[in-house]
Amino acid sequence: MARKPSDRRIIGTALRKIDAVAKVTGTTRFADDLAFPRMLYCKLLRATHPHARVVSIDASAARALDGVQAVLTGKDLPIPFGILPVSQDEHALCVDKVRFIGDPVAAVAATSEETATAALDRITVAYEPLRSFDSAEAAVANPEPRIHDYGDSGNLHKLIDLEFGDAAAGIAEGDVVREDLFFFEGNTHLPMEQHAAVAVWSPDGKLTLWSSTQTPHYVHRALAKVLELPPARVRVIATPNGGGFGGKSDPFNHEIAVAKLAMLTGRPVKITLTREEVFYCHRGRHPTLMWVRTGVKKSGAITGMHFRSLLDGGAYGSYGVASTYYTGALQTVTYNIPRYHFQGARAFTNKAPCGPKRGHGTPQPRFALEVHVDKIAEQLGLDPAELRLRTLVPPNSLTANYLRVGSMGLGRCIEKVIAGSEWKKRFRQLPEGRGVGLACSSYISGAGLPIYWNNMPHSGVQLKCDRSGGVTVFCGSTDIGQGSDSILAYIVAEILGIDPFDIAVVTADTDLTPVDLGSYSSRVTLMSGNAALQAAERARQILAVHAAKQLEVPVDRLQFADGRVFDGNDSKRGMSFADAVQAAEAAAGTVGTVGSYTPPRSAGRYRGAGVGPSPAYSYSACVAEVDVDPETGIVRVPTIWIAHDVGRSINAATVIGQVEGSIYMGLGEALMEEMAYRGNRNVVHKIPSLLEYKSPTTLEMCDVITYLVEDPDPNGPFGAKEVGQGPLLPVMPAVANAVYDAVGVRIDEVPITPEKVLKALRRKAKGEAGRVGPESFPDIPWPEPTRVPTPWEGGDGKAVEQVRA
Amino acid sequence: MGNESKAMIAFTVNGESAEVAFAPHKMLLEVLREDLGLTGTKHGCELGECGTCTVLLDGTPVLSCLVLGLACAGHDVGTVEGMASAGKLHPLQETFADLGAAQCGYCTPAFLLTAQALLAGNPQPTRDEIKDALAGNLCRCTGYIKIYEAVELAAARMRGESAEPTRESLYGA
Amino acid sequence: MLRLPSFRYLQPASLTEALRMKRDAGPDGMFVAGGTDLYPNMKRRHQEPRTVISLMGISDLRATEGRKDGTTVGSCLTLRDLSVLPAFRPYAAVATAARLVSTPLLRNMGTLGGNLCLDTRCNYYNQSYEWRKSIDFCMKKDGKICWVAPSSPRCWAVSSSDVAPVMVAIGAEYGLIGPHGERVVPAARFYNNDGINYLTKQTDEILVEVRLPASNGWDAVYHKLRRRGSFDFPVLGVAAWINWQSGAGSREPLVNDARIVLGGVASYPQEIAEAAAALRGKPLSDETIAAAAEAAYRPSKPMDNTDFDLSWRKQMTRVYVKRALEELRARHT
Ligand SMILES: Cc1cc2nc3c(=O)[nH]c(=O)nc-3n(C[C@H](O)[C@H](O)[C@H](O)COP(=O)(O)OP(=O)(O)OC[C@H]3O[C@@H](n4cnc5c(N)ncnc54)[C@H](O)[C@@H]3O)c2cc1C
Ligand code: SF4
Ligand code: FES
Ligand code: FES
Repeated sequence: MARKPSDRRIIGTALRKIDAVAKVTGTTRFADDLAFPRMLYCKLLRATHPHARVVSIDASAARALDGVQAVLTGKDLPIPFGILPVSQDEHALCVDKVRFIGDPVAAVAATSEETATAALDRITVAYEPLRSFDSAEAAVANPEPRIHDYGDSGNLHKLIDLEFGDAAAGIAEGDVVREDLFFFEGNTHLPMEQHAAVAVWSPDGKLTLWSSTQTPHYVHRALAKVLELPPARVRVIATPNGGGFGGKSDPFNHEIAVAKLAMLTGRPVKITLTREEVFYCHRGRHPTLMWVRTGVKKSGAITGMHFRSLLDGGAYGSYGVASTYYTGALQTVTYNIPRYHFQGARAFTNKAPCGPKRGHGTPQPRFALEVHVDKIAEQLGLDPAELRLRTLVPPNSLTANYLRVGSMGLGRCIEKVIAGSEWKKRFRQLPEGRGVGLACSSYISGAGLPIYWNNMPHSGVQLKCDRSGGVTVFCGSTDIGQGSDSILAYIVAEILGIDPFDIAVVTADTDLTPVDLGSYSSRVTLMSGNAALQAAERARQILAVHAAKQLEVPVDRLQFADGRVFDGNDSKRGMSFADAVQAAEAAAGTVGTVGSYTPPRSAGRYRGAGVGPSPAYSYSACVAEVDVDPETGIVRVPTIWIAHDVGRSINAATVIGQVEGSIYMGLGEALMEEMAYRGNRNVVHKIPSLLEYKSPTTLEMCDVITYLVEDPDPNGPFGAKEVGQGPLLPVMPAVANAVYDAVGVRIDEVPITPEKVLKALRRKAKGEAGRVGPESFPDIPWPEPTRVPTPWEGGDGKAVEQVRA
Repeated sequence: MGNESKAMIAFTVNGESAEVAFAPHKMLLEVLREDLGLTGTKHGCELGECGTCTVLLDGTPVLSCLVLGLACAGHDVGTVEGMASAGKLHPLQETFADLGAAQCGYCTPAFLLTAQALLAGNPQPTRDEIKDALAGNLCRCTGYIKIYEAVELAAARMRGESAEPTRESLYGA
Repeated sequence: MLRLPSFRYLQPASLTEALRMKRDAGPDGMFVAGGTDLYPNMKRRHQEPRTVISLMGISDLRATEGRKDGTTVGSCLTLRDLSVLPAFRPYAAVATAARLVSTPLLRNMGTLGGNLCLDTRCNYYNQSYEWRKSIDFCMKKDGKICWVAPSSPRCWAVSSSDVAPVMVAIGAEYGLIGPHGERVVPAARFYNNDGINYLTKQTDEILVEVRLPASNGWDAVYHKLRRRGSFDFPVLGVAAWINWQSGAGSREPLVNDARIVLGGVASYPQEIAEAAAALRGKPLSDETIAAAAEAAYRPSKPMDNTDFDLSWRKQMTRVYVKRALEELRARHT
């Protein structure tokens, strides 16, 4: 029953999303839209010290307030949790220590939000302040007092040292050896929807939690653990997310607090965070200091690279260990790097915890690498586009760090944006103040390994075919606006030849849907898409067998299209899809199938090989055009050209939407977004508001010219790869490179603010280096490197035994 | 503190007269969502800093998080729930749905209402006029471009033209 | 969701009624117009009135009237009205400043009066109660010290109105009414350089109207610096007013009188007399413009309590004054 691509009716077509009408009519129910009779409102009391021991908490006056139904403190929820098994370092409410301003210490449930707020004022907490740290450098310099009593060294949470081949020797072979330092400031997701959750406890011992989460499965596990409930009695329903971008991927303290309060009071309990509290949940981009040294031949071939990163992790682990690995993992999947040494460190500091934001751990090194390559090209006298085209990683290859590259459309992406932007006519040729810059990137389509070790599928689908001809798809995946619910419907519709709007999609409910690990790491289209594809093909097989009998046509001649099942040689000989279901149901009983997906085993066998592998890598190339006002340093971006290799677009319109949204977010990161903290009074977030955290408006957004490159990957459903995160990555370096083209100064830091541009211009005018960026990388107690011979040195993916002299 | 006695107002909501009692310090946003069950109106800051809570007050788009419920007595309030009529979507709702101008959909009701007010006064806005009119609404998902295109397409259709989305808009250049 | 505390809300229909209500409410009473400044402040507990008296039902406050010597504008006109009503066409700088306030949605609500009486701003102050508690409060609300300038006895919160600098520059006058009757004050005398007592207006006085001078012989512009093209308050506003010498004939036109007023750098719209002096009796040549820009740069002393770094903001004074004067020159030729 193989089908030619030309037979496809739905895949590749621009279609409405299946939930589009609900969204434009305001009927989509987000978490804060839920209300139940007798519902209580929860508020959290948050730490007013960045680092302190909790000496005592007196909540008696709060409990006495009319309308207050319950008050919880840390001792009511003593079991720790955290997204990664290696960093179970969070408590729903701080037990003996607070680690940043905003850390929750008590939770109140009251009959109104106003009463709950008033009750917070009546809780007295005595603190014994400890010294606090507001930057990774400060944490490196001060091992004591420790923010956590675990971690690799002092206030360093994680230290990584991985060497693939003899990088130093490789670098030395270069005709040019270049060293650069970069800094990427932290920034945050800023979903328009503030996190909210509602818990309902039933006296038969069942807990239900609705929450704006991207990962209901992980929330399910955390609730069961902390509340000591049998997991089978806990139900987590992810409501449609009003934006996520990675900011709703951790299990959160407020989710656990409302669940516990519901259990204690026997009443539904809701919490909706204020915008300020969303800044305290954070889990956004790690501020990252980077150092890179690369050897390059005159031809442009890279001979070796050494990359160091120092991440400011904030107060908790979150996904931070994975983020740290990600700052080193994907350097090798764009350009050919034959020998590679990566050292990464993550520090604990007294700020809101960092974690995964769109691009998780890779925008920072991508910024560094792409600006570094731009400088190398200049040094070699090569056009930066040409240099990149000469060093591309080949398709279907294994990298030095054992990542398996499948389809690879970066070359075509570069050609598209070069042609579209008229690069050859513009680069280094525009009048002073105007410039263009190029950058490229690659991103994973889902991670090769789950977050906790297990050998079960990453995504599962159940499919039910109804006598009506309607089909229901059940899947644990979570729609955060990217359209993952629709992808399930399109894929099933394509295989079964029915209208996607005849398909009901039930997702993100741990009672009703098979596990999907969640909406993170750009995994959903590929993984739940493959699971849906498998389930749909199985259903098609069942239906075909019985339809073939009834129609007296060989099974392999049957086609499914336009809501019919028919003979491919004689389309009049057929039946409706509903009749096909009825025939199958009459003959063999209820028609239902399952499908699941597990990524291929990765090639790396060394410790740390778990981060980086993916079933498929997407590729993007981007040209940014800038206008720089030399009197003010203000940078405007009129146009961005972006080409993205998506493998195959399932729905072109949602793909374009993801590209444009990624450019938007990248533009904000490039020019203005930053998580700024104050150090003069307590370490505190400087600007936890939508007014002062600068998200671009319609007036800052640039024009975007998008080119979709389709280089289908055998691992993706219909060849599809990711698009939700990758196109963000090249924006920041493309803007930085364009600023250099425009006014000849290097801003080796993100965001590229007018202050920095003007400072660099002043330096240049004085004859100094026209650069603003970090000046040094601190000494870090790196561990002995894990040495892994590369594939071309005969390596097998394992590390060599450490031989100590 | 939420326990004080309620106040009652009469006003028009989506063309129907309504009477509602609520705590007198409540904002229109809270009254709509909590006392009238009209949860289509969203919120992102409650401080006037995002535009997510936009509703129409006597046809003019305003921030419902900064309008006191009591100040609406006798006025006419329009929310997203009132845009479709007799089971038919408003042209803006059609084009927002078709072009993917609603990704997560959280900012969408506010953009729809702001755009509706724009088109009521200016049936053929330029791209720059659309940007200006929508400059008080933040969206973190779309990068606004599909929103502009949806407004342009709906405007054309509302002028009676038989407009369709461009190929680039749906499939790229 | 951030919510308001409870309070009493009154909706008088006349000025007399409003003044009586304020008298009855005492110091715990406050007037409100569009509410776009007061309600956010109440939600963050900067201002905690027990009684809020709305001025929006008083029709007198929404009138505009042409006079022989100018135009009188009611304080409760919205910023949108100001940017579109034909009566303001001669006052392009006023309309520009109004159009540059925040967002179109906010301009549909915020009023002229509220804008001119806007609370001063500081990023240690425009924060939630809990945030302010974590830095131990400051003297503008609930605390004793100024975190921007800890050794200073005063508050340096910033005058952040876009329209006020223009009113000062063009020499508008404000009509007030209070329990002791009516009075008229020049815009410049309405403001104090103090982040806490930023208005000379008594709390029980109502700003009734603004009297714009007749629009002959002078021209004015307003330039605003901020991070984004909407939402953001000014981190620097430059209002420049020029009265040209008449009958200059074929010679280069000369400046008879000038006023340069800066917003966003002090607790009041700061008039820079030195900059005006550099222009008087001279043509607007590149040299005189540069001299005026330099003269404005020196006394411009932004503090570290808004968006952007303060030294850059100070440097921008020079650029923005220059650009404002260049625009005036271009418009005159
Ligand atoms: C997100 C955001 C961005 C903003 N950006 C800007 C900006 O860029 N530029 C800018 O200038 N402003 C800005 N503002 C501030 C404010 O919204 C506007 O200045 C608006 O014009 C205030 O008018 P209002 O009628 O809403 O004031 P209200 O909140 O009603 O009143 C403000 C103050 O003035 C007093 N008051 C009001 N009217 C009178 C009167 N007639 N007599 C006596 N006292 C009176 C009130 O008691 C109160 O203390 C912004 C506000 C927000 C929330
Ligand atoms: S200037 Fe000083 S006293 Fe005034 S609000 Fe700011 S920190 Fe407080
Ligand atoms: S909720 Fe953000 S402006 Fe009203
Ligand atoms: S569609 Fe998600 S915020 Fe606009």
